[in-house]
Amino acid sequence: MLEIKNLEVKLEEEDKQILKGVNLSIESGSVHAIMGPNGSGKSTLSYVLSGREGYEVIGGEAHLDGEDILELEPEERAAAGLFLAFQYPVEIPGVGNMTFLRTALNAQRAARGEDEMSAADFLKLVREKAKSLKIDGDMLKRPVNVGFSGGEKKRNEILQMALLEPKMCILDETDSGLDVDAMKLVSEGVNALRNEGRSFLVITHYQRLLDHIKPDVVHIMYDGRIIKSGGPDLALEVENNGYADLLAEVG
Amino acid sequence: MALAQQVSDATEERIASLSMPEGGFTAAARADALARVRQMGLPGRRDEYWKFTRPDTLVQAGAPKAALFDPKEAPVFDTVDRLRIVFVDGVFDKEASDDLTLEGLTIERLADVSDRDIHWAKDAYGAIEATVHDPVQRPLAALNTAFAQDGVLIHVTGKVSKPVNISYMHRSETSDAYLHHVIRMDEGSEMTLLENGPAAARFSKVLEIDVADGAKFHHIRTQGRDHERRAMSCIFGRLGRESEFKSFTLTANGVMTRNECVLTLTGDDAIAHVAGACLGDGDFHHDDTVFVTHDAERCESRQVFKKVLRNGATGVFQGKILVQPGAQKTDGYQISQSLLLDGDSQFLAKPELEIYADDVACSHGSTSGAIDEDSLFYLRARGVPEAQAINMLVLAFLAEAVDEIENEEISDEILGRLSDWLERRID
Ligand SMILES: Nc1ncnc2c1ncn2[C@@H]1O[C@H](COP(=O)(O)OP(=O)(O)OP(=O)(O)O)[C@@H](O)[C@H]1O
Ligand SMILES: [Mg+2]
Repeated sequence: MLEIKNLEVKLEEEDKQILKGVNLSIESGSVHAIMGPNGSGKSTLSYVLSGREGYEVIGGEAHLDGEDILELEPEERAAAGLFLAFQYPVEIPGVGNMTFLRTALNAQRAARGEDEMSAADFLKLVREKAKSLKIDGDMLKRPVNVGFSGGEKKRNEILQMALLEPKMCILDETDSGLDVDAMKLVSEGVNALRNEGRSFLVITHYQRLLDHIKPDVVHIMYDGRIIKSGGPDLALEVENNGYADLLAEVG
Repeated sequence: MALAQQVSDATEERIASLSMPEGGFTAAARADALARVRQMGLPGRRDEYWKFTRPDTLVQAGAPKAALFDPKEAPVFDTVDRLRIVFVDGVFDKEASDDLTLEGLTIERLADVSDRDIHWAKDAYGAIEATVHDPVQRPLAALNTAFAQDGVLIHVTGKVSKPVNISYMHRSETSDAYLHHVIRMDEGSEMTLLENGPAAARFSKVLEIDVADGAKFHHIRTQGRDHERRAMSCIFGRLGRESEFKSFTLTANGVMTRNECVLTLTGDDAIAHVAGACLGDGDFHHDDTVFVTHDAERCESRQVFKKVLRNGATGVFQGKILVQPGAQKTDGYQISQSLLLDGDSQFLAKPELEIYADDVACSHGSTSGAIDEDSLFYLRARGVPEAQAINMLVLAFLAEAVDEIENEEISDEILGRLSDWLERRID
């Protein structure tokens, strides 16, 4: 599904390299987790994959189902099935959440050559998805993320994911800011989407999320590289011992 | 003080190019207005009040040629149930207009009644205009009073059931139209005025409105999308106790637009809102000049102006709130913002507060900025193409001004036009 080879990225404006050769291969239907200390480059990886400006790829490649995505515009990557649940979802005053969701859904349908979804069908779909995430009508009516609590913003990200049904989902610290119940809701939302044709890359600091969303592979990122990969036990190890032992181990 | 020779020459040249309708109840007002023009002189480039907008093409004798434009769309407000009054290049079009009778008001054409000696508008024509020249002079408005060829005189006596729509059309490349409207609203009366269209190659318009105690005036206008048209419009209003005045203007295109709005709140607890949204692309200059005077207690005023500019367009805002001694508990708000879609465009703002009462709450703010990159990326990451995402953010930016329109049917119409125009831009 997603193949990242030797990806090297620097900041556009500064002479600062952030990703120093990332290798990652995510098969269709699998769930991978990335853990790693603050500032190790996890969000940068997710931004570069989704096409945010400000970064310069100085080496390596990234393919989504064989397609070189680094050449595509952000909206083309989205239409190709890539989705990023933001670590910090953006507030957009003046744009209603409902309008936003519908525009996004129809834009992706249009890019795939499908017809627009009717207003009635859309309303039904949103209501159904929102209900399972306990997102009320008021949150749908308000401007995108404006005045949403931290946890509400994260649930709104998962709502978008559920509506857009992407095939490659990157979740950047979706668990941060969630209370215990919301964490369960969000995990259930994610698990409901798990299937053969869909993969997940879950960025997190805490093992707790991975109790709910069971990963197939766990990676540790440090200073712009994946320094170790392993099974779910690796997350437990980090939770118990921190990163110091791991870093010592790899030198 | 004598005028500089250059100013008085330009003024006389302009006057000589116009012809004043003779006789009737407006004769004295026109003569007075002409005297005011001569005394003030027409604005020149050095005038402080015209610092950001060159008055040359508004002052010169003869209108600069303005190519006709096919809007390729149904006229704005076409779906609204309204009484329609049509002027083509400043000339009344009877065929295209509705019958001018409507319960709760009387409508007459200035040109129809101007030979009469007795008319209710005798005390009103030019009366408010005569008062707006202090502390800044507005000679182009006086010129309009002196030479207006036509206009509508509306006396509102009750609550009018549907909007009156003055619809302007531009069919001559060199038309130079002068219209002067007078509205008198009796106590407790209510009306909505809609205006739309480009009017002429060059258009000068004055609207004088007296809103009596408890009366409500709502005004929504769109100014034509013709690229080369020029317009100088003035709204002069006097507001009585507990009265309400709400005006919204949407402008797109137009090589030169100066919209002045001068309001005086003379009765306690009056409300005045003036709002504008404008889309400027390319050779476009748009100026909102607003002056609100609070001269009574517990009045509220709002000025909300938003401009989206690109490809070298210029936006101007000069807005003032003047709070007179004794106008306690004034609530004054003013915001002017521009969204610059590229580095070529500019927004020039002069927000002013002048306060002579101690118990007031007044605020003003002016900002200029670019599209928020984080918002743009967020929308694109969800699959919305860049151009469409920018349009969404532009609409969101303008929303605060459009929200000033109370009537939902009309604000939907305006929003619909806006998104349509955003997508089409130039054509
Ligand atoms: N636009 C930028 N300007 C300056 N520095 C940046 C920028 N983007 C990223 N960085 C730097 O790159 C490094 C990696 O940041 P990144 O956000 O990817 O880390 P992270 O692993 O997601 O951290 P966290 O766990 O705290 O979310 C940090 O040192 C950060 O300060
Ligand atoms: Mg991060």
